Amino acid sequence: MTVPALQLEGLRKSFGKTEIIRGVDLSIGRSERHAIIGPNGAGKSTLFNLITGRFPQTSGKVRLHGHDLAGMAPFEINRRGLSRSFQITNIFSNMTVFENVRCSLLWSQGYKYSFWNMVSRSRELTEGAMEILEQINLTSRAQLPAGVLSYAEQRALEIGITIAGGADVIMLDEPTAGMSHSETDYIVELIRKVTENKTLIMVEHDMGVVFGLADYISVLVYGEIIATGRPEEVRANPKVQEAYLGAALEAEH
Amino acid sequence: MTDTYQKTATVTKAPVFSMAQVAPWVIAVIFLMVLPIAFGSNSAITIMNQMMITIVFALSYNMLLGQGGMLSFGHAVYMGVGGFFCMHLMNIVEANELPIPLPVLPIFGGLFGLGLATIVGSFSTRKAGTVFAMISLGIGELIAACSVIIVAFFGGEEGMPGDRTYFLPFFGTEFLRQIEVYYLIAFWTVLSALLMYLFSRTPVGRMANAVRDNPERAEFLGYSARWVRFFSFCGAGFFAGIAGGLFAINYEILTETNLSTTQSGIILLITFLGGVGFFFGPILGAIAFTLLQSVLSLQSEIWQLYLGALFLATVMFFPGGLAGVLMMHVPAARMGRLGWLVGPYLRTILPALIGIAGLAALMELLFHVRHSATGDTDMTLFWVTFDSHSILPWIVAIVATVGGIWLARQGAPKLRETWHRANTPGAAKTTGGAA
Repeated sequence: MTVPALQLEGLRKSFGKTEIIRGVDLSIGRSERHAIIGPNGAGKSTLFNLITGRFPQTSGKVRLHGHDLAGMAPFEINRRGLSRSFQITNIFSNMTVFENVRCSLLWSQGYKYSFWNMVSRSRELTEGAMEILEQINLTSRAQLPAGVLSYAEQRALEIGITIAGGADVIMLDEPTAGMSHSETDYIVELIRKVTENKTLIMVEHDMGVVFGLADYISVLVYGEIIATGRPEEVRANPKVQEAYLGAALEAEH
Repeated sequence: MTDTYQKTATVTKAPVFSMAQVAPWVIAVIFLMVLPIAFGSNSAITIMNQMMITIVFALSYNMLLGQGGMLSFGHAVYMGVGGFFCMHLMNIVEANELPIPLPVLPIFGGLFGLGLATIVGSFSTRKAGTVFAMISLGIGELIAACSVIIVAFFGGEEGMPGDRTYFLPFFGTEFLRQIEVYYLIAFWTVLSALLMYLFSRTPVGRMANAVRDNPERAEFLGYSARWVRFFSFCGAGFFAGIAGGLFAINYEILTETNLSTTQSGIILLITFLGGVGFFFGPILGAIAFTLLQSVLSLQSEIWQLYLGALFLATVMFFPGGLAGVLMMHVPAARMGRLGWLVGPYLRTILPALIGIAGLAALMELLFHVRHSATGDTDMTLFWVTFDSHSILPWIVAIVATVGGIWLARQGAPKLRETWHRANTPGAAKTTGGAA
């Protein structure tokens, strides 16, 4: 059996006496697009933060390609091939769009903490960054400060930064939050394109996006996963219907 | 000093340094070479030497503040210890007649500064923000206090003197004359500035900006924010040490004042005044500050009041500093519209200057009346000697203040409007009129 890209075993997290994540077991295979859905306050973002080392877990294990991530800082986890975006846009707003992408290429191209290389002299860096900008359709914006981009463009840039480092496990936290319909369609196409042959894990509220993009869906309710499976199985699951999806799907129509 | 990504067409060739990047450095070198010919007096050279040392120090400080987002209240320590170490080396060379030429001395100051920065940085750069600022203040006070405790290194209250002329002659130069020291300092200033500029273009230099803007995001790009800060901190310590070595060569004495928090405060002020957002900002700040210090302090006893007011005005109205104000004009200049602004500027800034001069005159009058010896009523201000106890100078000063500020306020709306038009592509010079 192949090692799953990401595996959670009995993951728990408490803040004080409140248990937010109450024992999550989940296995996500390679090149799978996996969406995590659930009502507000279910702990989706907390789950993301636990996986990416932003918070330490109370108990349980997170394995990336079979390696236990316990005690690792975000930058160490990132170097092992996991990259994430944030629910609230998290870019370097004072730097240019080009510079944002170039920074995200530095580590993966092996520049580390070097102070004997000039970044502008590296053709790989410049071309690599332009290629990413091409993919996220921001080539014409390359020299603008990232902070002046429109919201949708900033979200696209955030996805660009997330994928640029070449991580094979991509985690996106509500990539379409706060977007109009046309912007959402644009971002969905973008995500589909850039996560080709990569493992994608995303939290998303928009059911259209979830059912359009995901190979598998997990439903998180009050810190527990109540169902995991193919979209049609999850849709048909009576527990899910009762807890969440019925209401959510009705709201869509 | 803009970023170097230009067009895809130029990228296909191996990117080398372009003319636009090299030109400022060539101009700076030529400028520094001919400057002593234009201003050859000893006092002018003294000021220029001080200016260049301050430039190196301010640039090293901006590696922390501007590039890395670390507010330090104790940067003078690294310059100070570098200087003290060079002083000791000077004395060792003198005692043992070691074959070391004087011009290499600053590198040892730099290495000593680097050593201290490595130790302090190993724990102070874990966090940015308040924690970092507090640690820097604590270390600053600690080492300043050591200056009277560890007398062997810091020389106690008398400080540590030395003599630069005992070194092996360097191509026949013994550095007896100020002008020889000038060229030595000029060489190190250009070299340090160039190295610091190049540092900002390296991967760790670029990531310093990234960590400054958003440490969390940088961590998710594979970089430890703490280590990125650490490397900037070490670099800043190194170049501060070089400034210390230059100080030791120029003044031949270091005292506890070199380590004091006052000194750390001044370099913060200089860097902010010049502008933290651009590489050349601290250079402008160091030049402006040294000029103000040396010119104003001769003219007025309360020059520090003006300096404080200037700093306050910079923080409140021009947070980009001198460099920020200059760069604000770039878009208008690109469109060839700087000329539009000349008239409105004159109509606003001239009265404002008169108003400020009036206000300064009031301050000076007040100071003279309160603090001059009894019976001494003569004072000289703006090349005029008068009786500070008579009513006329007060009236003139008040009229200048009120009138100047009123006129400046009259001119301001027009200036704002012209400014807006000059920065709007396609706008005409005046409302209604054809261009």
